[in-house]
Amino acid sequence: MYWNEHFECMNREELKELQLMRLKKIVERVFFNVPFYRKKFQELGVEPADIKSLDDLRKLPFTTKQDLRDNYPFGMFTVPMSEIVRVHASSGTTGKPTVVGYTREDINTWAEVLARTLTCGGTTKNSVIQIAYGYGLFTGGLGIHYGAERVGASVIPMSAGNTKRQLMLMKDFGTNVLACTPSYALYLAETLEKMDWDRDKLKLKYGIFGAEPWSERMRQEIEKRLQISAIDIYGLSEVIGPGVASECQGKKGLHIFEDHFLPEIIDPVTGESLPFGEKGELVFTTLTKEGFPVIRYRTRDISIMTEEPCSCGRTHVRMSKVMGRTDDMMVIRGVNVFPTQVEAVLLEIGEIEPHYLLIVDRIGNLDSLEIQVELSSSMFSDKIKGLEDLERKIRSRIDSTLGISAKIKLVEPHSLPRSEGKAQRVIDRRKI
Amino acid sequence: MIKQISLFLENKEGRLARVCHVLGDNKINIRALSLADTTDFGVLRLIVNEPEKAYEVLKENKFAVSVTDVLAMEVSDSPGGLAGTLERLDEAEINVEYMYAFLGTTAEQALVIICVENPQEAIHVIRKAGIKVLEGDKVYSL
Repeated sequence: MYWNEHFECMNREELKELQLMRLKKIVERVFFNVPFYRKKFQELGVEPADIKSLDDLRKLPFTTKQDLRDNYPFGMFTVPMSEIVRVHASSGTTGKPTVVGYTREDINTWAEVLARTLTCGGTTKNSVIQIAYGYGLFTGGLGIHYGAERVGASVIPMSAGNTKRQLMLMKDFGTNVLACTPSYALYLAETLEKMDWDRDKLKLKYGIFGAEPWSERMRQEIEKRLQISAIDIYGLSEVIGPGVASECQGKKGLHIFEDHFLPEIIDPVTGESLPFGEKGELVFTTLTKEGFPVIRYRTRDISIMTEEPCSCGRTHVRMSKVMGRTDDMMVIRGVNVFPTQVEAVLLEIGEIEPHYLLIVDRIGNLDSLEIQVELSSSMFSDKIKGLEDLERKIRSRIDSTLGISAKIKLVEPHSLPRSEGKAQRVIDRRKI
Repeated sequence: MIKQISLFLENKEGRLARVCHVLGDNKINIRALSLADTTDFGVLRLIVNEPEKAYEVLKENKFAVSVTDVLAMEVSDSPGGLAGTLERLDEAEINVEYMYAFLGTTAEQALVIICVENPQEAIHVIRKAGIKVLEGDKVYSL
């Protein structure tokens, strides 16, 4: 079942022609409207007319999260704010979020790719979908919401949290599709088990899960405990939000909606493009976005792409489940966390050269974060109360900077591991 | 005024022994100690015969260490002795933040280490209340 058979099953040659036509337009669009891109293109000596084939994409510069941050908040938009109908934002490393903007047409495109995503998994106009992704600046909730409405499903805009109520409405409203993060799906399963409900009371058939890395093992667990089919979806706000790629029911890789997003796999060190089948960093160029297009955006996500035809009939290339990151970003309870954010907090509190270690674990299906901070003599108070106040102060600053709570543990100077080059800042014990 | 050495210790095995080793290797004698602890960490407070040297060697050995001014009071070494002294501190409105006993004694008197706010000012008030407060030089060599 397809949402848009014409595009999703397009002959690849035809698709490439469409991509090239759209690429030329988008390159012109950013070149003439965004000073940042114009400057970068000129530094490399390329201009829109140099794009004559899809391979010419490689002549264009990469765009990084830092570039977006440097142009905070609206510097990367190609249209005046009067044309922007919505903004979303994701957490940033230094307190400043990454801001993305959508024109009316972008919202339309976004609903289209999400309608495809949902149809890929099996949602129809007869479905009742419960959206337990956060609504708000985060793209998860509203993104899927618009896609589900486009499909014509009955939408329950629950947002995240309030687990018992989620389950009650799931039962009373006859929800058959669940959209949330995979860790929240497991938490729901756990709560359900504790409540000792008869699973038959729920009509839940399948779920679409994304926004954080998860493994095949976790998929099996979700499928077994919730007795549903679990579909992986992929997206990031810088590209559009959810809706960049989705698994079909074959569950062998995620189809990238290539008529809207031009994917590449590159060597994260050299920046060289890698062929299909090789593992590397995913890079996207948006082909149809108006308000906030990106050229060769480096996702830092590691994956492998394949061009092999899929049994579902879609011709778009597939990416493997995300296998890791090229930077030190972690996703904890669906929130992006960079160790440098912790460093910034400690510097603010008065550490000159802070030493710290983030320990991430998954306890009962919920992510936990412990931050060990080496206590220096200058921060040492002889009074227990003074030390407890220090812990509290760090905890509350971390809370407001990261947006998630962490346990703070003060440790002795020089007790954290030191390494020659880059300090080890993270121990991730989660078995994903 | 007494110079007390305070150290931050994690609650894990061998840490206290390590401190004592460092001090012992440097021929520093511990005269009094107290260990306050929470679930994750503890604060070790020490009176030693050579506080400056102790501070330096502990710092060299990467401990989080600080020096705090505390007072050593003489307390009658008899039942109710400490209670009487504390009552007098109370009347003088001196708030004791923490307190521990000193190992050595002078004649019939026991010694108690107290930490108070503004020890410089408190010392006069305490003396006025009729409590004997010892100087550092005397205490370190007891």
